[in-house]
Amino acid sequence: MRKVAIVGTGHTDFVSDGPKTEVEMFCEAATEAMEEASVTPKDIQALYCGNVFGDFAEGQGMIQSYIANELGCHHIPATRFEGACASATLAIRDAFIWVASGFYDVVLVGGTEKATAMGTPLATRTFAMGSDGKYEFPAGITFPGFFALLANLYSANYDVPMERLREQMSMVSVQSHFYGTKNPHAQFKHKEVTAEQVSKGFMVASPLRLLDCCPFSDGAAALVVASEEKARELTDKPVYITGVGQASSPRLSAQAPFLPRIRAREVSVKQAYDMAGVGPQDIDLCELHDCFSIASLIAAENLGFAENGKAGELWEKGETKIGGKIPINISGGLKAKGHPIGATGASQACEVARQLRGDMDSEGRQVEGAKIGLVDTLGGDGIISNLVLQTNV
Amino acid sequence: MEYKLSFKDYHKALMKNKLMGLKCKACGTITCPPQMSCRNCTGFDLEVVELTGKGKITTYTTIYVAPEGRENEAPYIIVLVELEEGPWIMGNLYDMDPARADLDLIGKPVELGTRIFPGDKYSDGPAARPVFRFTDGK
Ligand SMILES: [Zn+2]
Repeated sequence: MRKVAIVGTGHTDFVSDGPKTEVEMFCEAATEAMEEASVTPKDIQALYCGNVFGDFAEGQGMIQSYIANELGCHHIPATRFEGACASATLAIRDAFIWVASGFYDVVLVGGTEKATAMGTPLATRTFAMGSDGKYEFPAGITFPGFFALLANLYSANYDVPMERLREQMSMVSVQSHFYGTKNPHAQFKHKEVTAEQVSKGFMVASPLRLLDCCPFSDGAAALVVASEEKARELTDKPVYITGVGQASSPRLSAQAPFLPRIRAREVSVKQAYDMAGVGPQDIDLCELHDCFSIASLIAAENLGFAENGKAGELWEKGETKIGGKIPINISGGLKAKGHPIGATGASQACEVARQLRGDMDSEGRQVEGAKIGLVDTLGGDGIISNLVLQTNV
Repeated sequence: MEYKLSFKDYHKALMKNKLMGLKCKACGTITCPPQMSCRNCTGFDLEVVELTGKGKITTYTTIYVAPEGRENEAPYIIVLVELEEGPWIMGNLYDMDPARADLDLIGKPVELGTRIFPGDKYSDGPAARPVFRFTDGK
């Protein structure tokens, strides 16, 4: 396999009720990435695009074909990836595989979503399509409901009293909003929150309250990935994709032997760590899938940053901030940066790549000396994909 | 290979308050809701069996924000129940005020009843929904 590098990154503002279409947002992120990489449409050999609910939000399917041609990449193969909130990470993993194999030298990859166009009731319905439609949706399961079930199970299984878990979950949201105010692309760039605001917000699915939950969002992000040889021509700051992982899960109830662990994440991240030859202790920063505050704790444990039932202590001790043992979601995460689901994985990879290049000083949120970063994305109730990104190869 | 216990057959039985599952002829594990392979050993040699519908609550949540078309159902309680025969299934608990549900529910013995989700424009028809009540009559 050949080495593969990210040579360009692009990221739109994440917003609510944005004025632009999914195609327009993707094209803005893509051209930013192409400019950074100094590539023209003629250099792009394939397009991989994460997009989940274009059909519902805009009445638009097969968006990838229109995007390719709008960008001037006439007639190139373009493929849409649908893995709920993990869609763009699946797309990046495939871009990596096709470039590593030698089939392509340069691939444009990313995602776009306009979730707020659906409104909250339809968005809640469509997001629930990432659970088992026949055997679990009839009970009225929602996405917050899925993580609410895990939050109560977490408290009971690990003997973390709900009062303490409540405080830990609030700390997660407070930290995300703090860093979100430093990210000019964040949906909540003007909004800090207090622990009291989080713990007193209206209940969505007990015990999860409004500020435990990520918002519905519109936005896009894109990357140009290239073979090592091509990357050397294009940039003096390549960020290598050194490990990738992906794993699937059965319906939530059938994950019973492992819950509240998400077993697929443990499988996926092991693939990524092993391929890169690193472990959790080597990771300098992580963007993980904090769709809900409890999801951050569970993810941090599944990724190996804490023992089961202990991840909250990372936030309590400030270990997840810049300067801590494992800086997590310094972008503001899904919670404060926003979560346009088809774009989220590309946004996370863009963020980690920019951190590893040392681009974040101007925003006052650079993780100094970071060399190895981890991306973690969860789709529905259990598609997981992970990426290890490195500058020191 | 024929699907042993289709959604339609599972649904029809549940409408008569019978919970059907699949027993693996190789390892004896019970799988429910149905799927193609044994959840334990991945074998395909499964037989349809009726389950007791009895179990205990392993976790719960009260949903306050419902999906489109189901707003008038909220608030409602969702539970995961570990059945006597081993598998966990998702259902509702209709036996108490949803606002008063708390962690004390975990471990409580329950038994099956049935209601129906009439379906919406995306669901390809109705689906029986397992609902549970406390077995100790509480
Ligand atoms: Zn078996």
